[in-house]
Amino acid sequence: MSGELEVMEAPDKVLSEDFVRDVFYIAVNCGKMLLESGAETYRIEDTMLRIASSYGIENAQVFVTPTVIIFSMNDYALTQTVRIDERANNLEKIMSVNELSRRISAGLPLKRAISSLEKIHNTDFFPFWLVVLSGGAIGFLFLLLFDGTAADLPAAFIAGAGGVFIMEGIQRYTRVKFFTEFFAALYIAVVSIALVESGYGTMLDTIIIAGVMPLVPGVLITNAIREMIRGHLMAGVIKGAEAALTAIAIGAGVGLVFLLV
Amino acid sequence: MIYFYQFVLSFFASASFGVLFNAPRKALASCGVTGAFGWLVFYACREAGMDLILATYLGAIALSMIAIFYSRHKRMPIIAFITCGIIPLVPGGLAYNAMRHVVLKDYMTALEYGFEAALISLAIAMGIISTEMIDQVLQAVRKKLKKERV
Repeated sequence: MSGELEVMEAPDKVLSEDFVRDVFYIAVNCGKMLLESGAETYRIEDTMLRIASSYGIENAQVFVTPTVIIFSMNDYALTQTVRIDERANNLEKIMSVNELSRRISAGLPLKRAISSLEKIHNTDFFPFWLVVLSGGAIGFLFLLLFDGTAADLPAAFIAGAGGVFIMEGIQRYTRVKFFTEFFAALYIAVVSIALVESGYGTMLDTIIIAGVMPLVPGVLITNAIREMIRGHLMAGVIKGAEAALTAIAIGAGVGLVFLLV
Repeated sequence: MIYFYQFVLSFFASASFGVLFNAPRKALASCGVTGAFGWLVFYACREAGMDLILATYLGAIALSMIAIFYSRHKRMPIIAFITCGIIPLVPGGLAYNAMRHVVLKDYMTALEYGFEAALISLAIAMGIISTEMIDQVLQAVRKKLKKERV
């Protein structure tokens, strides 16, 4: 350390301000979409820096946590902070953004990059009934993987499908994630106990575990540890806390029913 | 036969989670295959009497190899296949059990489940990352060899 301040040199070739702002817009929006779709931190940072550098803008800096993106183009004195409120898994969107960034690296002109960016915003979703149905299928299949009896299959299907239905249904009206999972777990426990009491199921614990499988934060825990191993400690801690909160919500929902019955 | 049965179950479980995570439609089947292979390796190791954590680690290595293959083959980001593929291995049930025992004030059982869940997810993460690292090294070596040949 010499003790002197490091002076940042001005860029050699000066790009027009509109051009730089457009590149900035693309990079920030790609990062925002990736973060909202549940991509890993390193992928987001890598994508944003790559977009900037493939349009000839060097010395860009980016800092990403699960709730905020800070992006700067230091040579052009541009900085923006983006707050992210909602995160959900949307692999289709991650794939589209990834493809766009690949095309940009291969030399896509700026105007066409902007127009294809706007197309990504409206990706298709699976229809709601299919999502609910696959929730039921998850309950059904995990019951079999956990060595459940065939007599419990309908109960696991009903519990799983209903849980997903409630979770996705409440999510449209409120943003508090804790309660969506809490009520879904509550429903699953009530339905499972009712079905077992009325003779449509035998092993209560297995039915409930199979039913809560679509809600449970297994992937979140694993992703949190992956982020930490890669060196994104802040992202790892935040995702770990989110996973713990989700597990508490589910445990509380089911536990409440057990305490009352 | 039992292996085929387990393969089918874990295939559909991973693919159904693909629907929940809004995976690209043309990747759904490959997500299922990724998950099924990870689970099969895990299952075979467990049947051979291997430790739970070690079996999970080997399963994670197997599924990330398949995921790397698919991401090259279909030119899609690897995260799509990994996220759906780890589903059968992931300790979601354990995490739920841990928290349920906390709520029921059975703290010792909760700790047991919680540590097991943490160790299993550590094993999965290590499995994925070690495969990715080996892949990166192999790619670098291959590039170097190509350069020397030219």
